[in-house]
Amino acid sequence: MSDQKEIVAPRAAVGSVSKSRKTSMERRSFFSWLALGWLGFAAATGGFFTVIIRYLFPNVLFEPPQSFKIGFPEDFAPNSVDIRYKKEFNAWIVRDDESIFALSTVCTHLGCTPNWLATDNKFKCPCHGSGFRMTGIHFEGPAPRPLERFKIGLANDGQVLVDKTKSYKWEKGEWENKDSFLKV
Amino acid sequence: MNLVAIKSAIDALSAPTISFTILTVIFPFIFPPSDWFEKIHRKTGLWRMWTKPGGVIGMILITAFFVIGYFDPYFNKTLTKADNFPIVLMIYSMWFYIWLGMFKAYRNDIRIEQGLKPEEYNDPDDKVLVWPDLVYIEFICLILFQVFLIVWSILVAAPIEEPANPAATPNPSKAPWYFLGLQEMLVYYDPWIAGVLLPTFIIVGLMAIPYMDINKKGDGYYSFKERRVGMFIFMYGWVVLWLFLIIIGTFFRGPNWNFFGPFEYWDTHKVEALTNVNLSEILWVKWLNQGLPSNILIREGLGFVITGLYLFVLPVILAKTYLKDMYAAYGPTRFVSLMTFGLVMLALPIKMYLRWIFNLQYIIAIPEWFFNI
Ligand code: FES
Repeated sequence: MSDQKEIVAPRAAVGSVSKSRKTSMERRSFFSWLALGWLGFAAATGGFFTVIIRYLFPNVLFEPPQSFKIGFPEDFAPNSVDIRYKKEFNAWIVRDDESIFALSTVCTHLGCTPNWLATDNKFKCPCHGSGFRMTGIHFEGPAPRPLERFKIGLANDGQVLVDKTKSYKWEKGEWENKDSFLKV
Repeated sequence: MNLVAIKSAIDALSAPTISFTILTVIFPFIFPPSDWFEKIHRKTGLWRMWTKPGGVIGMILITAFFVIGYFDPYFNKTLTKADNFPIVLMIYSMWFYIWLGMFKAYRNDIRIEQGLKPEEYNDPDDKVLVWPDLVYIEFICLILFQVFLIVWSILVAAPIEEPANPAATPNPSKAPWYFLGLQEMLVYYDPWIAGVLLPTFIIVGLMAIPYMDINKKGDGYYSFKERRVGMFIFMYGWVVLWLFLIIIGTFFRGPNWNFFGPFEYWDTHKVEALTNVNLSEILWVKWLNQGLPSNILIREGLGFVITGLYLFVLPVILAKTYLKDMYAAYGPTRFVSLMTFGLVMLALPIKMYLRWIFNLQYIIAIPEWFFNI
């Protein structure tokens, strides 16, 4: 048993030495190829994702401006909902007894666009039946909170200016904010 | 009785408050989960639904409804809409397959009572090969189905509408037919619950059934008696809480997502005076006559207590009292998961009734955190 071991060991040692010498030459070039490969891969992936991310930012944006003028406060009849700006700007202009405000046309349930039903005096969503009063307060159906209001104010020329970049949520008490309505 | 009277009777009955209640009440007599229900099921002759004449009569009733509907000016519009064709197919196939399963189950129940083996029982060595026996059948089905789809798509033009416009949502705006049950759930729940949580529970719950069901009987053959409680629960969830909600969504929901009978004119200005209130408002404003507390957790405290009692305390009480035996047989883990899925499923009809009877909007309403139950 012990004899056998002595014989086997050196043989194995000899073999391994010659083999390691051979592979170490190969290994060096292998590593450089590997590095090159990974570099290429990283470059390709990086380029790919750069292009994809670039794709998310279109060259031209056919979006209506975020703030727009809608005429003079007197143009709006008291206690009425103006639906002219719904299509282009996604906003209803409402005038009640003392103020004008701009309501967002996005249903606070799941984002459909409700319709103004003048006869019933309410906004009604065709998707799951949420109803909102003229003030934007929800009162029926599943919508958990009122419609949002946009920033509204007077421009220098006396026209009403709606700014959609800022919206006010009732449940956060933001309708108290003086930018969320326009006193008339 | 003339046709007009029948139609208005159907219209009145199809109001979901009524139809849903009727279906829920008679359901345990159709799929009796206990001896008492079974007795009435036998006495009233409801069991005949699952015989051959019963199956044919079911088919005739469905067809009669569609034929009458076809000649009705209003129902015709819903019925012949290309989108709704799959639902007509669904109603027929739903009846046929439930009937077929129950028919075979009842036949086996009688055989087992007589001490015979179930119809499907074969000599254990008598096996059927997947290839070619099964795969051939699947292949032929696949080809036939392709033919059907091609013929269908040639005959009926795809119901494509005008280009999407974010400013104009079609009224009523309906999901694809297989999602109408989901859309119905959304009427009663917040999007997070009805759109994310409940569907997850449905899918995970269905996958968990084999792990939660420890009844070894009925394995490999049709049987009702040997697993009647499980069948009842599953059938209620599937037929009433899913298929029936799809039917409601298709045929009984009109403009502004209002309810309409199948033979009713879809009046866009139909007014349903409703004012939904949250539980917190009922508690603080109506009962305690004061304003809502500003602290959210105090404001919604009652809702949290009720939800907690329902989801966490009720299972414990049941395990100690009414379902003691079941708890012993199932063990804590299995029992808890079964209870969780069961209670969440039951929460849907509960919430529907709360909305219908008390105009309750949310039990817990925290729009500030997008958390509404
Ligand atoms: S999206 Fe308006 S009610 Fe659901």
